[in-house]
Amino acid sequence: MTDFRAYAALRNGVRRRTVLKGLGAAATAPLLSAAPGARAQDNTLNLLCWPGHNDPAVVGPFEEQYGVQVVAREYVGGDNMMALVTQSPPGTYDVILADAEYVVQLRDAGFIDPLDPADYPFDDFFPEFHKFPGHWLDDTLYSVMIRFGFLGVSYRTDVFTREEVDTYQALWDPKVTGRVGYFDWYLPSMGCLSLAGGNATPYDIDAAGFQRLKDTMDSVKPQTGGFFSMANTFASLTSGDAAIIPGVGDWITLLLSADGVPVDSWVPQEGGVQWTESMSIATGSPRPELARSFIQYMTSPEGQSRSARMPAYNASIPSRAGWVRLNEDDPQAAALLRHTFTDRNVMDEFADGKIHIRQTPLQQDVEDWTDVWADFKT
Amino acid sequence: MLAERRFRRRRVDPFAVLWASPALLWQGAFFLAPLGLLVWLSFWSLRNFRLIPDFTTANWDRILTRDFFWAAFQHTLVISAVTALVASLIAFPVAYFLAFRARAATRRLAIFMLITPFFTSYLVRIYAWTIILANEGALNLLGRALGFETANLLSTPTATVIGYLTLCLPLVVLIQLFALSNVDRDLVGAAHNLGCGPLRTVLTVVLPAARTGLVIAAAFAFILAFGDYVSPVFLGGSRPPTLSILIVDQTRSGNHWPRAAVVAVVMILTLIAVLFGALAAAYGRRKGAA
Repeated sequence: MTDFRAYAALRNGVRRRTVLKGLGAAATAPLLSAAPGARAQDNTLNLLCWPGHNDPAVVGPFEEQYGVQVVAREYVGGDNMMALVTQSPPGTYDVILADAEYVVQLRDAGFIDPLDPADYPFDDFFPEFHKFPGHWLDDTLYSVMIRFGFLGVSYRTDVFTREEVDTYQALWDPKVTGRVGYFDWYLPSMGCLSLAGGNATPYDIDAAGFQRLKDTMDSVKPQTGGFFSMANTFASLTSGDAAIIPGVGDWITLLLSADGVPVDSWVPQEGGVQWTESMSIATGSPRPELARSFIQYMTSPEGQSRSARMPAYNASIPSRAGWVRLNEDDPQAAALLRHTFTDRNVMDEFADGKIHIRQTPLQQDVEDWTDVWADFKT
Repeated sequence: MLAERRFRRRRVDPFAVLWASPALLWQGAFFLAPLGLLVWLSFWSLRNFRLIPDFTTANWDRILTRDFFWAAFQHTLVISAVTALVASLIAFPVAYFLAFRARAATRRLAIFMLITPFFTSYLVRIYAWTIILANEGALNLLGRALGFETANLLSTPTATVIGYLTLCLPLVVLIQLFALSNVDRDLVGAAHNLGCGPLRTVLTVVLPAARTGLVIAAAFAFILAFGDYVSPVFLGGSRPPTLSILIVDQTRSGNHWPRAAVVAVVMILTLIAVLFGALAAAYGRRKGAA
């Protein structure tokens, strides 16, 4: 129904102040509630995600079954995701893919809806992921895990051996002076450097622990080769300009090693960080049922098997049934992902107890960490 | 007398206003208004990733008291100045040859060749440089084959400057060429007739005569380098960051548009100051001139 109140101003005459207010609102509207390209259409499902999640290799069967197209608005980094959500009016997105540490912020800001656990195949998941802390808030489910991975160090195997990178001390090795690279996102990079500095809980650190982190960063700074975007992280390892990168993992090296680049990833003895990607239904989604069906598809054995092999970057999957399907679909990929049931696999690594869930800083402001990161880059 | 001058000053030619109005409207709508918004935005606040219209100086306090900001400012200023200088020095012999020595056909071909780089996206050209400058890139492979010691060029300020030169060198050559083409040949001839050597002719006749164009060319190089984001990221490895990288960092980590606006306003003020300096150098009265 048309809202005729807007025309009242015309009938009553438009004053200069009204015009100025209107111009000001028009100018600032994009900043306060910028609507990106993705808008509600009957035959689309709008997905906010890291790059690659709407690849036909992953979502093709869903699109075919429901006669819809999955349209993605891509981001790099959780803060970037939060910025896009806050700038978009309700209804812009149907499904939001977020890292676990941002689910609570999405919930607190009212951007995602509670989910009914009965709608999703948690019985298929490994027990460790039945009630993942960051996805259950106040005993209510807000997000369902799709993928995860471990972050430690990624390195050139023609420069380091597995034994050498079993400690973060490899970052200080004189043979890689000027060749220690960083994925330019403070959270995973500083998390691993926090572990390297001796903080047992990388994100839950007091003032002394924070000082230890800063000292570690000052100490390793002369080794730095560069700070890379997502694409350049791949390129720098491939070209050899970066010999080792802390704060990344299999998501970088699986695809490169499959292409013959001499790289690998490892979680050093000091510990590593777990990243997760999970899906939530956006508040105000015009198609919540379709959004639910999409998350059901992504957590199904087929969706999980395809998501693990996503062309943009591979990842581990939390569904045991997905592992079974992956071993049937592509045994080679299952072996590469260490998702086999006969050899030591990623769940064994998870059970070792040296993996810490990635979180936003618990005892400091995010700004304090980003300022330290900015100083580190200078 | 005074009243007459005032009257003269107030006389506005409606025909001139009519012709100038599209440009004025364009500048007003797409430069002055966004600039005003940018300044206003620098005083806004941020709560839970949301921008709140406000009037707080906290963003200015935070940015201007951080060492990383001043380090980035100094680095951006120096590397842009170096680019302007290097571009001017490399461009001058080329422009001089084309203006004074080359045949008309050669000059036309050179102008065409100087414009063709702009056919290709700047980003693509920078990506091409990464292949050349990488550790195992073309340059190091060639160096190794010739028996030279290889150097890590990517992720260094040198690589950033190479990227800047890719952007601005053709433009600097073109502007210098047009400036030198306008130098009065009789002055050069007179200098030679009076026994002036080639180098002295260039320094005392050609350079002063083409000063305006040469300074404007250098200013263009500085401005393009000062605001560029692509080269310091892809060739410089964001190390150390420039002000344009700092703007992106502020928006990417925490959605901090107000702090990014502070950095942007400082950049604009710096460029305005540099531009005024350049114009003064270009059009200022020469020492000893009447």
